[in-house]
Amino acid sequence: MASREGGRPFTLLYGIAGKGAFWLVILALMLPALFFFFWMISLSFKSQVENTAYPPVFVPSSLGLESYAEVFRKHPFPQYARNSTIAGFGATGIALLIGVPAAYGIVKWRRYEMALLILLARLVPPMSFLIPWFAATRSLGLSNSYIALILGHMVAGLPLVVWIMIGFFEDLNPELEDASSVDGCGPYGSFFRIALPLTLPGLVVSAIMAFITSWNDFMFSVVLSGPKTRTLPVAVYNMLSFETVNWGPLAAATIMVTLPAVLLTLFIQRYIVSGLTAGAIKG
Amino acid sequence: MQETRHDAARATVKDTNAWGRTGIGDWIEQRASLVFIAPAVFAVLLLIGYPLVWNLYMSLQKWELGRQPPEFIGLTNYINALSAPRFHQGVFKTLYYSALATLIPTTLGLGAALAFNERFFARGVLRSIFALPMMATPVAVALIWQLMYHPALGVFNYLLSLVNLPPSLWVASSQTVIPSVALVESFQATPFAALVILGGLAALPAGLYEASKIDGANAIQRFRYLTLPLVWPYIVVVLLIRSVDALKAFDSIFVLTQGGPGRASETINILLFLQAFNFYHVGYSASMVVMLFVLVVGAALVLIRLRRDPSW
Repeated sequence: MASREGGRPFTLLYGIAGKGAFWLVILALMLPALFFFFWMISLSFKSQVENTAYPPVFVPSSLGLESYAEVFRKHPFPQYARNSTIAGFGATGIALLIGVPAAYGIVKWRRYEMALLILLARLVPPMSFLIPWFAATRSLGLSNSYIALILGHMVAGLPLVVWIMIGFFEDLNPELEDASSVDGCGPYGSFFRIALPLTLPGLVVSAIMAFITSWNDFMFSVVLSGPKTRTLPVAVYNMLSFETVNWGPLAAATIMVTLPAVLLTLFIQRYIVSGLTAGAIKG
Repeated sequence: MQETRHDAARATVKDTNAWGRTGIGDWIEQRASLVFIAPAVFAVLLLIGYPLVWNLYMSLQKWELGRQPPEFIGLTNYINALSAPRFHQGVFKTLYYSALATLIPTTLGLGAALAFNERFFARGVLRSIFALPMMATPVAVALIWQLMYHPALGVFNYLLSLVNLPPSLWVASSQTVIPSVALVESFQATPFAALVILGGLAALPAGLYEASKIDGANAIQRFRYLTLPLVWPYIVVVLLIRSVDALKAFDSIFVLTQGGPGRASETINILLFLQAFNFYHVGYSASMVVMLFVLVVGAALVLIRLRRDPSW
């Protein structure tokens, strides 16, 4: 049964158990994700009566949008979404602005020790700099501003941007660089006119990774955001205390928070691994 | 093949520096490397390096934020933490949680990678769905699990009752809380582990397997003596990243339990968060975060060694 064409390196599952068992394994692997998202959606459409019924109701009796409406009625949801977007764009913008040239410089002048230094941001427990940040933002009067929030999210995204872009710049054809310097392009010229246009997919991937990192962040936001700058994950967490009995709106809110992250993920799935392992495979 | 291409790139980059062989050229070029690299490095040093040093300094102070100015007390914070049973329990819970939140995703991820490495119908779509939880917002994921874990109305206990298993209290009992929270993080981390290992499997040379098949090696032997040693570096990368992230875990634990019930899931990260931001014991928390940092770096170094030397 084992299909050997193309040299699949491993056929243990096929080999031992045959096709039927193999599909059972695939089903078992899919089940957590399928059930989780099904249940999330189901909770958001069901009425409160259905949500707290026992045995649980699996398929909602109607596609009621009441829970979604209630999220907007009871909470300044657009305001939170705006805060998350501002933090996301700010953090992504700065991370790209300083991270992409750094990656280019690290590859061009082989300064990989600098890449390791930037990787420090991935290794350090965030609390070890968040406690000083918290004290500093309070004494500087920044505890309700976007600045601390944007910088916090930026620091989380920066190592991803740098290491994704290092991968893309390393894969550039060195002859192009060569030709450009013969043509009298300095390092700036070859960066802007040769390297950047050719690594556009890398820019998109690292921008999306940095944005999702910011969008999903909870720890930085819970420490650094004030009532005016509260981001979606913090707001949704706070809803838990208000909505302990009302599951529908809670589920509706979680869907609206996580949907952008999940959709963006689909675009860049091929590259996510290189972003998340941030140099660990090559290094 | 990858390597030789990089070597070629390295050589060419050196050659392209020909335009800069004059003194002025060298100077401009060095400045260019500074212009490119320095901003990011400066940001990391300013926003992480400097606060780290400050944190180290604060850990030697008695400092209750907003109540009293810092006062130098030497290593007293460390001694207090190291002699507090609450800290000991925190260390134990951190290690327990991290072991589960590392080993569960790595094991399941290895299995999933082997399965998805086969060629089958709709593999790409199924793999995409499988990977969806990976980048979902952790707070949102934890909240939905919270509802599914509900002891009386949650869907999990209903599903258990369908197969005649007794209900569990999940995150509401001090016995089951840590495995239950680790399961939530594993739900998101398993696709990550699978995709990394899958990348390793895809890079394996095909000819090797043909030879081993001719030699009569069965599937299990091929796995044990060929696949496993060859993807071992990728497995270590997963172990490395997972354990670093699990030791620093915050989101799911905080959302699901805030360290409860009682203090049953109070890892060091949660403990120091509560000490710092609920009670403003800044100096004391700073000492604990230094020790957590040592733990993370220690784990990372052990695993990096393990990667270099696969004689396990």
